Amino acid sequence: MIKLNWLLVVSSVLFAISVAGMFINRKNLILLLMCVELLLLAVNFNFVAFSRYLGDINGQIFVFFVLTVAAAESAIGLAILVVLFRERRSINVEDLSTLKG
Amino acid sequence: MLVEVLFWVFASILTISALAMITVRNPVHAALLLVLCFFTSAAIWLLIEAEFLAVVLILVYVGAVMVLFLFVVMMLDINVEEVRKGLTRYALLGGLVAGVVVFEIVSVVWTRSLGIDVTAGAEPLPANYSNTAELGKLLYTQYVYAFELAAVLLLIAIVAAISLTMRKRAGLKQQNVAKQVAVRAEDRVRIIKMPAEGAAPKADAAPTEKGA
Repeated sequence: MIKLNWLLVVSSVLFAISVAGMFINRKNLILLLMCVELLLLAVNFNFVAFSRYLGDINGQIFVFFVLTVAAAESAIGLAILVVLFRERRSINVEDLSTLKG
Repeated sequence: MLVEVLFWVFASILTISALAMITVRNPVHAALLLVLCFFTSAAIWLLIEAEFLAVVLILVYVGAVMVLFLFVVMMLDINVEEVRKGLTRYALLGGLVAGVVVFEIVSVVWTRSLGIDVTAGAEPLPANYSNTAELGKLLYTQYVYAFELAAVLLLIAIVAAISLTMRKRAGLKQQNVAKQVAVRAEDRVRIIKMPAEGAAPKADAAPTEKGA
């Protein structure tokens, strides 16, 4: 039988890997977006695990809404990325310095 | 026993593919490894009997979001070497932060102060239990307004994404549907009267000719 703490450990490892990924790929905007997706997946893991082990299905409803918002977020994020690439011919985060005084 | 073995196999595949995703050079490979992550997570969710969300994860994430990512990665001509500079400089800091995150969460998990026994397994669900039906019941009664709001949010996302990326290019030939529909025969066809050529005109009524 799968224990709750196994799931929590897997999800925390996943969360930590994606946080490390944000540091490692901090210049590549597209990989940053992918790391955000992985972070949300790790959080959803916790929701599903607790929902299952506490016998409360409301947590899974919450995951459903998190998935919806994450899909909308990645669609708009990628649209902004495409516009940005057309303007700058680059997706390097450090090139986004227009608002720097 | 089989379930535990499967869980650890999937958990190690998940961890390894996530690690590979953040370290590979090629963004296309990163996207494909992220797909593997989502698939493996869906398998683990199936193991803990959250069937509906597992299927939604595959359909929505692998089927839609990751395909979008792949399209964008392939559409943009990214200079990978330029973007990868400074990788090792921040790997140490990233690893440190990741270590702290793991330490914090694991220490919370191991102190059993949450009021629940974290080492317990869930009691097995009855054979006629339907995860999808239960979620549907709750989603269409208690959470119906949130559900509608989520739909509106997705609509806004569609409109925003299209209006952000649409552009008018100069010199692009395209049809104007409104103009096409509004055209009338009187504007296009002109009927003129002229005498027939060759022999002298006999009749008074000259033949009509259509010109475009």
